[in-house]
Amino acid sequence: MNLKPETFQRIDEVITHYPVKRSATLPLLHLVQEDAGYISEDAVLWIAQKLELQPINVLEVVTFYPMFRRAPIGRRHIKVCRTLSCALLGGYKTCETFRDEFKTTLGATSPCGEVTVDFVECLASCGTAPVVLIDEVLHEKVDATKARQISAQIRSEAAARK
Amino acid sequence: MPAPVQTRVIFKHIDEPGYTNDLGCYLRHGGYETLKKSVARPPADLIEEVKKSGLRGRGGAGFPCGVKWSLVDRKSGKPIYLIVNADESEPGTFKDRYIMHQDPHQLIEGTIISCFANNVKQAYIYIRGEMPEGARILEKAIAEARAANLVGPNILGTGYSCEIYVHRGAGAYICGEETGLIESLEGKRANPRIKPPYFPAVLGLYQCPTIVNNVETLCQVKHIADIGGEAYAKTGTPGNTGTRIFCVSGHVQRPGYYEFPAGTITMGQLLNEVCGGPLPGRTFKAVIPGGSSAKVLRFGERYKGKRKVGADMVDYDWGVEDVPMDFDSLAMIGSMGGSGGVIVMDDSVNMVEALANINAFYQHESCGQCTPCREGSLWMKKISSRMVHGDARKEDAALLKSVADQIPGRTICAFGEACSWPTQSFLIKFKDEFEGYAEAKKALPADRLSLV
Ligand SMILES: Cc1cc2nc3c(=O)[nH]c(=O)nc-3n(C[C@H](O)[C@H](O)[C@H](O)COP(=O)(O)O)c2cc1C
Ligand code: SF4
Ligand code: FES
Repeated sequence: MNLKPETFQRIDEVITHYPVKRSATLPLLHLVQEDAGYISEDAVLWIAQKLELQPINVLEVVTFYPMFRRAPIGRRHIKVCRTLSCALLGGYKTCETFRDEFKTTLGATSPCGEVTVDFVECLASCGTAPVVLIDEVLHEKVDATKARQISAQIRSEAAARK
Repeated sequence: MPAPVQTRVIFKHIDEPGYTNDLGCYLRHGGYETLKKSVARPPADLIEEVKKSGLRGRGGAGFPCGVKWSLVDRKSGKPIYLIVNADESEPGTFKDRYIMHQDPHQLIEGTIISCFANNVKQAYIYIRGEMPEGARILEKAIAEARAANLVGPNILGTGYSCEIYVHRGAGAYICGEETGLIESLEGKRANPRIKPPYFPAVLGLYQCPTIVNNVETLCQVKHIADIGGEAYAKTGTPGNTGTRIFCVSGHVQRPGYYEFPAGTITMGQLLNEVCGGPLPGRTFKAVIPGGSSAKVLRFGERYKGKRKVGADMVDYDWGVEDVPMDFDSLAMIGSMGGSGGVIVMDDSVNMVEALANINAFYQHESCGQCTPCREGSLWMKKISSRMVHGDARKEDAALLKSVADQIPGRTICAFGEACSWPTQSFLIKFKDEFEGYAEAKKALPADRLSLV
């Protein structure tokens, strides 16, 4: 596996948190995905070996939990809450705005390669609906106007990198 | 009657200007003093205090915490685990995240006290995958507490040792169900276990006795250990003690979280006075009182019956606004207090479309083990989405209801009830709207807010 030395270190550390190695499956998947961007076939085999499991034990976990993905996505991940409280205040409109801004469809990577827009279920911030989780940062009260502002910000950050 | 004043105990420092989530700030506000007092007492005393307090779990079911602790198998000789349920995934619920982000040490103190009381040496905080920041804050707080000898080996020189680790989920609601959570913590799919025999108190994590408690519950324990069970029970009403946090979302002027002595505030006071009433020009139509699984209440309906007040039985005749927001009253009128998530819908909402939104959630989250739940949640979603996006028929109302009626009581875990209750209650209370949807849809504005 091609991972940062720091990731390997964290992997070895986290395994010590549990009396049974298998418990480290989710933590390892998170660490690998954060480092490599997604869970490859090799990653499944490597984690299985590391935890002394069968590859299927790891694969069944990857396919069960929505957060694990088996292919790369855009550089930024925009997750719009789809659930009732957010929908009551325009969550679907927010999602549509992001899709339009980046000319993309749900779950696909935008043509510019910069973002993937997804719907997710309740993010436990229903009082400040509609909410959007972008990478690891929660944005609150994101109506269409705010969604356009955020999109512009993402585009300008992308431009600055080039 | 005016609404009672807010009594912030658990949320005392939430949103307080200048209050930060580091150890220094917590200590300046008297933090860990309760832990110091508690580790000098016999653990059994602490369990006794929790029993006396009448504390009921804040994760959804409202099960008495002291009773849960007394069911733990202490004879097997196996280690006892404690798991903090920080999955907070019930739609409409948003209290635990604020505690973890803004006052993580309160949770850690409550957790260590609960571990000490139950002779637990290893605790895990199971936090939702979608809360990466919360996980980092908790890890930092635990590290600070460990460095100050408040977590880890030989806590405060007492000889008692306890570790806490943070474990992240990965986006599955069913991890909030305690046995699904345990499977997930063991590194597997979060398929809930069948009870009996898998009661966590006896056969939980790694087949060892395990206590699963909600974040807020453990913070309440800290407060009980501080002031004593009897003093704690003076807040609230008999059977519903302590404070209760309500998370109000949807169509009110001031959504947010509000903490009150349990059982002292009615739905009407909460929504009209505390939350400022409906949005301008609108009226309330329906409210879900305890997270999206709770049965919906329709404004205008009346609930009648007899209830116990002290030693007497008295008649009650309530509208939605009159219902006291406690576990028992909400159960009495056919819904539940659940997790305290109150979702409000006004007259702009079409109930078929709202239900279609809820059904999409449950279909997405069913773990798939039980046929009635897996297939039922799928069909309820398919039918209600088709009604909204395709052709709606009058008979869909009865069809939806019949699917929902075939799920509860036939599944491994309470998700079966959770996914069925919204459809059942929407169909009973808004039957006309479902039967007339095909016609009504033609008149609905095409550019209306979409809910599904
Ligand atoms: C489908 C389902 C989802 C649940 N989700 C949560 C949750 O997100 N957080 C929580 O604390 N409890 C949740 N629960 C309740 C837990 O199973 C368990 O009863 C609770 O964590 C016990 O803690 P308490 O006694 O302190 O309330 C859920 C239950 C079910 C059936
Ligand atoms: S009721 Fe649903 S969520 Fe619960 S175990 Fe059965 S299929 Fe899974
Ligand atoms: S419904 Fe969107 S955060 Fe809860």
